[in-house]
Amino acid sequence: MPAVQETVERVKRIDVDQYRYGFETLIESDKAPKGLSEETVKFISEKKNEPAWMLQWRLEAYRRWLTMTEPTWARVDYPKIDFQDLYYYSAPKPKKTITSLDEIDPEILKTYEKLGIPLREVAMLEGVEPKPGEEDPARRKIAVDAVFDSVSVATTFKAELKKAGVIFMPISEAIREHPELVQKYLGSVVPTSDNFYATLNSAVFSDGSFVYVPPGVRCPMELSTYFRINERNTGQFERTLIIADKGSYVSYLEGCTAPQRDENQLHAAVVELVAHDDAEIKYSTVQNWYPGNSEGKGGIYNFVTKRGDCRGNNSKISWTQVETGSAITWKYPSCILRGDNSRGEFYSIAISNGYQQVDSGTKMIHLGKNTSSRIISKGIAAGKSQNTYRGLVTAHRKATGARNFTACDSLLIGDKCGAHTVPYIEAKNSSATFEHEATTSKISEDVLFYCIQRGLTQEEAVGLVVNGFVKDVLQQLPMEFAVEAQKLISISLEGSVG
Amino acid sequence: MHQLNKLDTKMALLEVKDLKVRVEEREILHGLTLTVNEGEIHAIMGPNGSGKSTLSHVIAGKPGYEVTDGQILFKGEDLLEMAPEERAAKGVFLAFQYPVEIPGVATMTFLRTALNAQRKARGESEYSTPDFLKKVREVSKSLNIPQDMLKRGVNVGFSGGEKKRNEVLQMALFEPSLCILDEMDSGLDIDALRIAADGVNALHSPKRAMVVITHYQRLLNYIVPDIVHVMSKGRVVKSGGKELALELEASGYAQFEDAA
Ligand SMILES: Nc1ncnc2c1ncn2[C@@H]1O[C@H](COP(=O)(O)OP(=O)(O)O)[C@@H](O)[C@H]1O
Ligand SMILES: [Mg+2]
Repeated sequence: MPAVQETVERVKRIDVDQYRYGFETLIESDKAPKGLSEETVKFISEKKNEPAWMLQWRLEAYRRWLTMTEPTWARVDYPKIDFQDLYYYSAPKPKKTITSLDEIDPEILKTYEKLGIPLREVAMLEGVEPKPGEEDPARRKIAVDAVFDSVSVATTFKAELKKAGVIFMPISEAIREHPELVQKYLGSVVPTSDNFYATLNSAVFSDGSFVYVPPGVRCPMELSTYFRINERNTGQFERTLIIADKGSYVSYLEGCTAPQRDENQLHAAVVELVAHDDAEIKYSTVQNWYPGNSEGKGGIYNFVTKRGDCRGNNSKISWTQVETGSAITWKYPSCILRGDNSRGEFYSIAISNGYQQVDSGTKMIHLGKNTSSRIISKGIAAGKSQNTYRGLVTAHRKATGARNFTACDSLLIGDKCGAHTVPYIEAKNSSATFEHEATTSKISEDVLFYCIQRGLTQEEAVGLVVNGFVKDVLQQLPMEFAVEAQKLISISLEGSVG
Repeated sequence: MHQLNKLDTKMALLEVKDLKVRVEEREILHGLTLTVNEGEIHAIMGPNGSGKSTLSHVIAGKPGYEVTDGQILFKGEDLLEMAPEERAAKGVFLAFQYPVEIPGVATMTFLRTALNAQRKARGESEYSTPDFLKKVREVSKSLNIPQDMLKRGVNVGFSGGEKKRNEVLQMALFEPSLCILDEMDSGLDIDALRIAADGVNALHSPKRAMVVITHYQRLLNYIVPDIVHVMSKGRVVKSGGKELALELEASGYAQFEDAA
C-alpha cells in the first residue's frame, strides 16, 4: 500500500523532537490581558461584538467556574495549571472583515499550506466540475473553516452550502447572524455547569464552528475544521455546535495541530451535537497536537468535552477519533440516546508514546427505547506513556431493549508503558443487553521478526502491525482522513522501539 | 569425486565457519561449519533440539542469539555485520516453521510493502501496481493460492498448507538467492506437501541455493537434495549425498547422538 510506504519514508525523516508541525507564524496578534477575570470575559465578548445575552451567558459560566475545582479522577498527572498565567484571547492582527481569501494575511495562508490545508485549492476548485467518469477522490470537496488561534480566518464553500440551506460559519458569526438558533441550542447538550473545563470554556470560548443542517438535507460535502494553536501561552477554547434537523445528514471532520513549544499549552474545547428525528451526524477527529519532547517537556494539555444528543427518534451520532498528540488527553466523546431507536457509536484509536498520558473513552447514556450503541476502542501505548480507556454505558429504567457492544483492545510496545481499561456498566432495567470484550496484548517479537525477515525495518514493521491493529477503526474515517491518520500513526510511534 | 570437482567451480554462497552460538547463557551451537554453493540443494536433518532452527535464526539475524565465535559469510560478505532487513534485501530468505499471523494487514499489502522495501534497499525502483499485481497473480496461480486469500490478513485463518504456500509465494516474489526452509513439511498432509514442494522446485535455479531443514526424510522425496548434513547437539556430524537421508530413515538418529 503506497500510504504505508509513504509513512515509512516520513518516519525516517522525522525524529521525536522534530514535530513536523512545529513551526511558528510571525504575525502580530491582538491579545486580551493575561489572566482570567470578569474583565477578560467582557473583553472577549466585546472583541466579538456579541449581543448582551451572550455576555450574560459567559459571565454566569465564569461565576460558576469560580466555585468549581479541577477534576482529579483521571489517570493523568501534571503540575498545577495557573489559570491566571494564561492569555484567554488572541486574534491575528490586523483584524478586519474578510470577504475573500486574497484578503487573508499571506503568512497565515502559508501556515495553512505547510499544514497541507488547501484553502486556496479548495476555493479554486469551486465551480470546477470533474470531467465525466473522472471521479478523483482527492478532489472531493471539503469545506474548510480554519481556526487560527481564536478567530476563524476563512470559510470556504459558503456559497454552495448556502444553496443547500446549510449554515456553516464561525460560531462568533452565528451568534450575531443566527441568534435564535444559537440561543436555542448552545449549552443544551453540555450545560454551562457541566464540568470544570466545559464551564471555563463557556466563559471564555473564543471561536469555533457552527453548523445547522435543515430538515431533509444531506449536506453536499464534508465539513472540516482545522485548529491550530499559535500564540504562546494562549489557551485555546473552541466551541463547536452542530445541529442536524429532522432527516438530515452531515459529516464533520476536525483536524488539529499546534507548533512545538517548551511550555505546556492548555486546550479546553466543547463540542455539542444535536441530532433530531431520523438525522445522522458523523464527527471525525484527527488530533496530532504537539505531544512534548522526548523528555516529556512541553506539549498540549487537552481537556475536552464532546457530547452528542440523539434527541430525536431514529437519530444517530457517530464519533470517530484518532488521537496521536497532546501531552495530556482528557476526552470522552459521548452520546445521549434520548430518542427511541437512536444509535450512538464511538470508534477510537488512541496512541501514546514518549511521556504522553491519555485518559479517553466514551459515555453511552441509553434513555430511549430500543437504543443501541457500539464502542470500538484501540489503545496503543509505547515509550513511557500511559494509556487509559475509560468508558461508561448506562441504561435508564425506561430504556427497554437497550443494547451495547464494547470492544477495547490495547497494544503495548515495549515494557515501560501502561495500558488500562476502566469500564463502568450500569443497567437499570433487565431487558438491556450489554456486551463487553477487552484484550491487552504486547506487540509480538515473532511478528516483528517475521516482517523484518521480509525486508522491513523495525519501525516499518511496528507501523505495519499497528495499522493492522487499528484497521477496524480506520475504516470508519472518510478516505482522506484515513490516509492522513495512517501516516500519523506511524509518525507518532517513531522511536517507540529499540 | 567427479561430483566434487563440479562443485569446486561453483561460487560459495553461504559459508558458516566454526559457529558458536549462545541463547540465554547456554551454548546451543558448538562450532558449526557449513558451506552452501550457488545452485545447490542442501538438507539439514537432525533430531529435535539439535539446533537446526537456531542455525536458521542466526543466519536470518533474529535477535536473542549471541554469536560467541566463528563467522558467517554470504556472497563473501560478513553476514553477522548486517541488520536482518539488510540480509533480506541481499537475498536471504527464511521460510518459517510457524509463519505468524498479522491481523488487519491484507496479505497483498504485506507482499507489496515487503517487496518494495527490499527493492528500495537495493536501490531499485518500486514495482508499479499493475506490474506487481500481474506478478502476484502469476505466482499465486501456480501455487494454487486463490486471489481471495490474498485479501485476507497475513496468515489469519489460513490452514497449515495455506501458510506454507504463502511462504513459498513470498519466496517466488522476492527472488532470494538463499532460501532456508525450516520444517516446511510440519503439519502438512501429502497433497499440501506436494504443492508446496512443487513450488519450491520451480524456484530452483543455478544461481539460487536451498537449505531444507527437516526432521523426516519424507520431504526429501519431493525436494531432492544434492547434499545431506546430519546435525546433532549443535554440530554437523556427518555430510553426504542424498542416500544419507535414506540411511537415516532406516537406522534413526541414535548412532549420531553418541558421535556428537
Ligand atoms: N529461545 C530459546 N531459549 C532457550 N533455549 C532455546 C531457545 N531456542 C532454542 N533453545 C534450545 O536450543 C536447542 C536447539 O533448539 P532448536 O534450534 O529449536 O532445535 P531444532 O530446530 O533442531 O529442533 C534446544 O535445546 C532448545 O531448547
Ligand atoms: Mg526446529
